[in-house]
Amino acid sequence: MGHAIEFQDVTKTFRGAGRPAADHVDFVVEKGEFITILGSSGCGKTTLLKMVNRLYEPDSGKITLFGTDISTMDVVKVRRGIGYVIQQIGLFPHFTVGENIAVVPKLLKWEKEETDARVEELMNLIGLEPEEYKNRYPAQLSGGQQQRVGLARALAADPKILLMDEPFGAIDSITRMKLQDELVALHGGMGKTILFVTHDIEEALKMGTRVMIMNDGRIVQFDAPENIIRNPADGFVKSLVESAKAKEQFWERFQ
Amino acid sequence: MEYLVNYYDKLLGAAAEHLQIVLVSMALSLAAAMILTVLCDMVPLISGVMLGFLSVVYSVPSLAMLAVLIPVTGLGRTTAIIVLIIYNQYLLLRNFLAGLDGVDGGVVEAAAGLGMSPFQILVKIKFPLSKRAMIAGIRIALVSTVSIATIAASINAGGLGTILFDGLRTMNASKILWGSILSALLAILLDWILGVAEKRQKSYSL
Ligand SMILES: Nc1ncnc2c1ncn2[C@@H]1O[C@H](COP(=O)(O)OP(=O)(O)OP(=O)(O)O)[C@@H](O)[C@H]1O
Ligand SMILES: [Mg+2]
Repeated sequence: MGHAIEFQDVTKTFRGAGRPAADHVDFVVEKGEFITILGSSGCGKTTLLKMVNRLYEPDSGKITLFGTDISTMDVVKVRRGIGYVIQQIGLFPHFTVGENIAVVPKLLKWEKEETDARVEELMNLIGLEPEEYKNRYPAQLSGGQQQRVGLARALAADPKILLMDEPFGAIDSITRMKLQDELVALHGGMGKTILFVTHDIEEALKMGTRVMIMNDGRIVQFDAPENIIRNPADGFVKSLVESAKAKEQFWERFQ
Repeated sequence: MEYLVNYYDKLLGAAAEHLQIVLVSMALSLAAAMILTVLCDMVPLISGVMLGFLSVVYSVPSLAMLAVLIPVTGLGRTTAIIVLIIYNQYLLLRNFLAGLDGVDGGVVEAAAGLGMSPFQILVKIKFPLSKRAMIAGIRIALVSTVSIATIAASINAGGLGTILFDGLRTMNASKILWGSILSALLAILLDWILGVAEKRQKSYSL
């Protein structure tokens, strides 16, 4: 079967850019891992995700999913098997919430009853009452609610691999915590492989079975959360960890 | 006024003929423009070339265009309709492509990322979301068609142009006047109908 996701020396430079957005990226992710990806803005996290579902093609190197080179696979089929939460949310404004969530099941020609049941199930999971929200248009939702619908849409067809680009960015901390727990539970129960981009180091350390830290298109450290905290690979990782610790001290002041 | 009272049946007949030429040309123009739009969307490289070419064609004076076509398709309505279709391609394609371009990139990317094929993205996402821009383009083409269609009379294709050209030949001011007024009214009426249709389209801004 092979590794769930493997990058072999993948490089991608956008036209006109001074340096690569992905610079000789090389890593392996096994089935069932929950990988969180951290790194400052513009370091190439989104680029990395988009190469997995071939929204971007690498200039060189090879990417395989479960042992198959994705450049040899039908791109539409690859994508239907991968859940994708895009950073800009990207809900279809002319579809209702229910229709947005049902997009991939419909593309896969599920039975209508099955699709409907799945939509209800997911709406309950993301905490949006189906009765009330199913027939609304995205413009009638708050930013955080839109983001949750984007999450449900990615989960709809039960994909083996999930790519999530800052899926909780616009969500309040209480709902966020609940969604984090649900995603972790979902992940544990289903053996899904997840790549999860976040700017929140605590979220990254809490959710990830391993954490990937990127800087300037390169992976600077890719390790279990406790190893990242104990042995930061370089100054950049160290400053990230320290920023999280500083936050903790801030809270201790109030106790 | 006297002319209107005495010849209203002739005027109405010409107006009906004019309307017919306009509607047939518009229907065929739309079909052709949709095909070109799909092509340009599927093969983005050709859209620049295509628009450039059509804009050159668009700048050819209508009488010259008729003169070029007459040896091929002869005098009459068919030639007139072909000319109108050719002119419309520039107006329609330009506006259609601008409409498609205006669709939020994040939405299109989400559609691709979820596994819609390029054709599904076009039909399910891009067209519905650019309906307003497309109708706006159709309105421009329609008004232009009503006006250019008067030229058709010069090759015996009928329509309000017949009355206009008659008036010019015999120096009859009321014929010129009524031919022009009816043509303008027709343009305003058709444009108004589409204006209502345009307003009825929801705008889906988030
Ligand atoms: N489509 C594109 N065309 C050209 N350059 C791009 C494109 N997408 C990204 N880039 C550039 O590639 C680099 C990496 O971008 P990327 O979107 O992967 O960053 P990111 O880590 O996701 O940042 P953020 O945290 O802000 O989302 C940036 O310098 C960006 O300007
Ligand atoms: Mg990003």
